[in-house]
Amino acid sequence: MYSFEPSEEQKMLVESISRFAQNDLRPKAHDADEENNLPPKLIEKGWELGYVQASIPEEFGGFGERSAVTGILAVEELAWGDLAGALAILTPNLFATPILLAGSESQKQTDLPPVVEAEWQPYTAALIEPTFDFDPNDLKTSAYQEGGEYILNGKKTYVPYANDAEAMIVYANLDGQTQGFIVPKDTAGLEVGQRQKLLGIHALPVYPVTLTDVRLPVDNRLGGPDGHDIAPILDASRLALASMAVGVSRAALEYSSDYAKDREVFGVKVAQKQAIAFMIAEMATEIEAIRLLTWEAAWMVDTGKPQASVQAYLALTGAMDMAMMVTDRAVQILGGHGYIREHPVELWMRNARGFAMLNGLAIV
Amino acid sequence: MIEFEIPKPIVMNNTALETVAINMMRPVSRYFDEHEHEIPWDYINFMHMAMRATGAGSLAPTERKKKEGEEEKERPRLGYQSLAHMLEMLAWGDCGMYLVTPGGGLGAAAVEAAGTPEQKEKFLKRFRGEKPVFGAMAMTEPQAGSDTSAIRTTAVLDPATNEWILNGEKIFVTAGHKSLCESDGLVVVWATIDPSAGRAGMRAFVVEARTPGVTVSKLEHKLGIRASDTASVVLQDARVPFDHLLGSAEVVREPTTKGFKGAMATFDATRPLVAATAIGVARAALEMLKEMLAKQGVTIRYGLPRQKLTTVEREVIDMEAMLRSAWLLVIKSVWMADNRLPNSKEASMAKLRAGDVVTKITQRAVELMGPLGYSREYLLEKWFRDAKISDIYEGTGQINRLIVARHVLGYTGRDLR
Repeated sequence: MYSFEPSEEQKMLVESISRFAQNDLRPKAHDADEENNLPPKLIEKGWELGYVQASIPEEFGGFGERSAVTGILAVEELAWGDLAGALAILTPNLFATPILLAGSESQKQTDLPPVVEAEWQPYTAALIEPTFDFDPNDLKTSAYQEGGEYILNGKKTYVPYANDAEAMIVYANLDGQTQGFIVPKDTAGLEVGQRQKLLGIHALPVYPVTLTDVRLPVDNRLGGPDGHDIAPILDASRLALASMAVGVSRAALEYSSDYAKDREVFGVKVAQKQAIAFMIAEMATEIEAIRLLTWEAAWMVDTGKPQASVQAYLALTGAMDMAMMVTDRAVQILGGHGYIREHPVELWMRNARGFAMLNGLAIV
Repeated sequence: MIEFEIPKPIVMNNTALETVAINMMRPVSRYFDEHEHEIPWDYINFMHMAMRATGAGSLAPTERKKKEGEEEKERPRLGYQSLAHMLEMLAWGDCGMYLVTPGGGLGAAAVEAAGTPEQKEKFLKRFRGEKPVFGAMAMTEPQAGSDTSAIRTTAVLDPATNEWILNGEKIFVTAGHKSLCESDGLVVVWATIDPSAGRAGMRAFVVEARTPGVTVSKLEHKLGIRASDTASVVLQDARVPFDHLLGSAEVVREPTTKGFKGAMATFDATRPLVAATAIGVARAALEMLKEMLAKQGVTIRYGLPRQKLTTVEREVIDMEAMLRSAWLLVIKSVWMADNRLPNSKEASMAKLRAGDVVTKITQRAVELMGPLGYSREYLLEKWFRDAKISDIYEGTGQINRLIVARHVLGYTGRDLR
């Protein structure tokens, strides 16, 4: 059967996140962006909403079950509030969900409870690399086995909270396969550089990470000595970003529509001009279309459909174009005011551009 | 629970329809494109027989009759969802031929949406008879297309005989010729009972085949969908009985916009279905494009960053995202219709997006195949021509943008013209 109605539980979750996004995230977004800083209390409060904890089973310290559909519903709301805040709150998930999806039994037992049971802590992951054609399935960072150890070398970029991360998953190329490795704090050869400055998501602290002969026990390979399949992790990342793109775009549509209904031009409201109204109609249509594509991809992941990976890829491809189009138009609808940082649309436009290159910065 | 599993009965139906599309439509697709105004009777007769046997019928889903002694059981309503899938598959076969599928078309849909139970019984019975019968809807006039409230065809009541006298000219009547001349069908004609009242004067009248004063004056020659006849219908003192006015008797003479709203409600139901046919054409083109590319040794590498994709790969991937997301808009809007949720916004979203997507995909497919795409040896160029109508009929892309914008902005037609 088809159904477009979230479950009662999902609705309740979305509602509580939506309240937080509206009352906490959104009001802080502007200053956070200007000051390159998110209030720790804000992150803690977002963490306490318990979305991450609810996606981890009880035996590993959580109180629920992972569902990609629930995940995308949740992160869409967070991103609607503020993308940088959403990414910050969910950063520990970059560590937890891959372990849940691909970790060995002992990794789940050992590594999940400290993340899930405690307050928000900087656990993170390093996937992206500083090349123009970065490809998660063809990493430049290398891993090879030597005796009872793996040795990692390479450069990573945009690693959230890398400077004081308790531990991170580093993805590397092992015999042509992308594999994750659990790298604890203060591992020799792991060097975190200066905080990076980006076009958008200013408030999220991200760092370059260099790995020079980083030696790890074989047990630190994600999934244990036999490793894991990278596809489910990439699917989950694409789904997260696609639905965040929907959240940001929804925010831009709502703000620019409200503005257009308020602002007068030639004796009528801006929104009463077809040139503007048609833009708004297309923005709304495109957001809804991509939202459904993302929903279907998440449902395919949850139900184990063989086409799930392709669909998640299509969803993100469609979402990044959609978000760019929608946020660009939101700025255009506000005209000169859209270019001024007092209004949030320029921030959303800068944030939206990131969806094409931030694969690996969020996961559901 | 959010779910995207195609309902089982629809899956079975789809398999059967795909066979029809492959065996009865595709092989003659080119022939009927090149022989405009010839009628594909083999397809029509087969479909009529098949639909009679399975009970499938008009564009509007009919309620399943309860058998005597049968227990009341809450079943999910799938009528519009089934129709969307059915029309998508038939249009995938051939979009022009799908339009000549017997069963009443938009005419029956209007009767189903706006008629009284007695009228439904009286007018829809014919579509289930021995011979294939057609139905059509006549709205557009030479001077009025999208602006439906500007129609000039008049209906005047003759108190002596209690008959309506219709006068005017209708154009672009899909299947008008088959409805009036090739079968004992009907055309739902929109006319005004009070030209000064605008929308409030609009009413829908059922005009049956062989009604004196009704003539088909012209058959159009079109860019595409040539297997489907597009007729001009002239009404000259055409008389129809009083109860051929669709709807209940008390609204007949009151100044009311109910008639107009009836037409618009019909569109909420039919727009997603027309969008589904657009998706069918787009899917046909994209699938053929991928097959032709595969023969040339081009495989699409999903999962790569854009920077590493070839232009052809990038185009195909973009088209797939476009096609699938537009189809989901269609599915959501028919799911809403089946669940009796107001779906005017979603119906227009589906229609405008599907119209955009099918024109883009067919245009790009022809381009990407170069001289092969432009050649009439393949169907890509035909689908390019067939596609464009999806962005025009049953509400142009622009009219649907207006409707969506009004919903998003909370505007009335007066706020946003």
